[in-house]
Amino acid sequence: MEYQAKQLFAKHDVPVTLGAVVETAEDACAAAEKLGGRVVVKAQVLTGGRGKAGGVKLAQDPQEALAHAEQILGMDIKGHTVRRVLVTPIADIAEEYYFSFLVDRAARQYLCIASTAGGIEIEVVAHTTPEAVAKVAIDPLVGVDEAKAREIVETTGFPTQVTEEAVDIVRKLWQVFVEEDATLVEVNPLGLLGDGHLEALDGKMTLDGNADFRHPEHAAFEDKAAADPLEAAAKARGLNYVKLDGEVGVIGNGAGLVMSTLDVVAYAGAAYGVKPANFLDIGGGASAEVMADGLDIVLGDDQVKSVFVNVFGGITACDAVANGIVSALQILGDAATKPLVVRLDGNNVEEGRRILAEADHPLVTCVDTMDGAADRAAQLAAAPAPQEQRA
Amino acid sequence: MAIFLTDQSRVIVQGMTGSEGSKHTQRMLDSGTTIVGGVTPGKGGQSVDFDGESVPVFGSVAEAVETAGADVSVVFVPPKFTKSAVIESVDAGIPLIVVITEGVPVKDTAEFFAYAKNIATSRIVGPNCPGLISPGKSNAGIIPANITEPGRLGLVSKSGTLTYQMMYELRDLGFSSAIGIGGDPIIGTTHVDALQAFEDDPDTDAVVMIGEIGGDAEERAAAYIQEHITKPVVAYVAGFTAPEGKTMGHAGAIVSGSAGTAQGKKEALEAVGVKVGKTPSETAHVLRDLLSSSR
Repeated sequence: MEYQAKQLFAKHDVPVTLGAVVETAEDACAAAEKLGGRVVVKAQVLTGGRGKAGGVKLAQDPQEALAHAEQILGMDIKGHTVRRVLVTPIADIAEEYYFSFLVDRAARQYLCIASTAGGIEIEVVAHTTPEAVAKVAIDPLVGVDEAKAREIVETTGFPTQVTEEAVDIVRKLWQVFVEEDATLVEVNPLGLLGDGHLEALDGKMTLDGNADFRHPEHAAFEDKAAADPLEAAAKARGLNYVKLDGEVGVIGNGAGLVMSTLDVVAYAGAAYGVKPANFLDIGGGASAEVMADGLDIVLGDDQVKSVFVNVFGGITACDAVANGIVSALQILGDAATKPLVVRLDGNNVEEGRRILAEADHPLVTCVDTMDGAADRAAQLAAAPAPQEQRA
Repeated sequence: MAIFLTDQSRVIVQGMTGSEGSKHTQRMLDSGTTIVGGVTPGKGGQSVDFDGESVPVFGSVAEAVETAGADVSVVFVPPKFTKSAVIESVDAGIPLIVVITEGVPVKDTAEFFAYAKNIATSRIVGPNCPGLISPGKSNAGIIPANITEPGRLGLVSKSGTLTYQMMYELRDLGFSSAIGIGGDPIIGTTHVDALQAFEDDPDTDAVVMIGEIGGDAEERAAAYIQEHITKPVVAYVAGFTAPEGKTMGHAGAIVSGSAGTAQGKKEALEAVGVKVGKTPSETAHVLRDLLSSSR
């Protein structure tokens, strides 16, 4: 979020105004009072387009700040509930620029994108006037030294009176990017203020989760309150789960196979009016404990009407996976209440299917193909629950 | 022939004495791979017994190259040490470095990739990938060797289990090589690199390409296919139902705004005449049809 990015900017001496982060309208009013009355109240959410959504408002006095904060707090912006606002003094802005460092996946190095036409969406500028956007490649082994910073500033075309200051800020933003293990550092706008100085007026960062071991302090940035409760529970158990809006729970091994499973369920579900309920990758291993944890999470989603377990026995053979499913159902006992469609394929598949057939669990249906199993799971999700049928 | 990995390959395992490293060394040996040693700093001079086969441990990659003629390294070391392990292999002149390790910081990958690129003597596959297999010849990584027999198809994929699934669907035809390139934002070997190698391989007749959401590697592959690939290519793309802004398992698998969507990738591939299957099994069918009509 913006205030967190600004904290990291400040840590590396990038000029910012931190302002006050508050969670109630009263605190926003008090903060405005302290900051001199004329303030900007900005929603703090992990998404862009806050301005358009009405999440950024100017206040001429503390009372107006209170009114704005009341309106913004609790607002929904692209599925994110606003739980806090940032209150900063209104800046005297002469010009707005755009600046970012990011990972260039195609070139497999870093890239700086900057423009003196900032303040609005850079994608739009890049599309309409590509010549106004500077792109400078950065060698990961060299980084942004004085010469590279100067190249960036000159290519972007910052006004000559701020050249030296811009070079300095570019180098500091580079420190933010590499030392915090970010995959994106974006300043939009980078403002030229009335006093002739530059300041990062808004910022956005993406931190590389793989580098968390180098940055234990980054754990504080995680917004636990805003996370989906099922996603949080899955994360606590080390499971890779994404909640979606649908009725067919999906469990599979391997990210690619699970993505593929979601697609196949969506195709099959179109005929029954149902959709995949989640992404859940239990990893290549697919042990009984992990399977039980996974089922527990997916069954915890009230929207789920059936579950499709799609496993390809590669590293772990199908007999082990089948035993895992049987034990998982034993571990869950009465907590397992929804029909399961299991599709096993790969190594030792006959033995795996034999184990499931022998266990003959009332909730489990085995289907041999991925497409067929998806169809069955979708059909079960669309049908009324078995209890209701009996009644 | 095959791509990158042949029956002449002499493989070492960096991190062989760790739990993942030793488990998969056993599997690689079982599938006929010539493993000439393991590398664990500080454990040089020891040896590890794999089902009666004694494999020496070297203290450094350079020593393994000098003593045992190693020319492929499979890296299983933890993320913290992956960068230095890869750089050690590059410095030792290893031509093929396969990085299995998951969870390597993007910055470390960017740095070891740039380092290898400057020296220009090593190809890196991965990180966060299942590796590659040339069935019946050699297996460098964690792809199960008993899914398929040798054959004349090539396969390149970002995903592990989806690779296995596709090999399984086409196991009667068999594969010359199958390579899992990994789903991280920065990877050492891309779809384009693998397509080029399959085009040049006289023992590969057709290629299956598996992509997924995120980045524009599939779009670039499409452009490359149009210009340079004469062999039949069929493709599958996973992630049509992935919501925007959510990472789907792989660090690089994310739709950002309108970029990186499965639909966009499918359209780019179809625009250059590549048939794209809706599901893995349909993709296998498409390939069979294509092969029978071209005969």
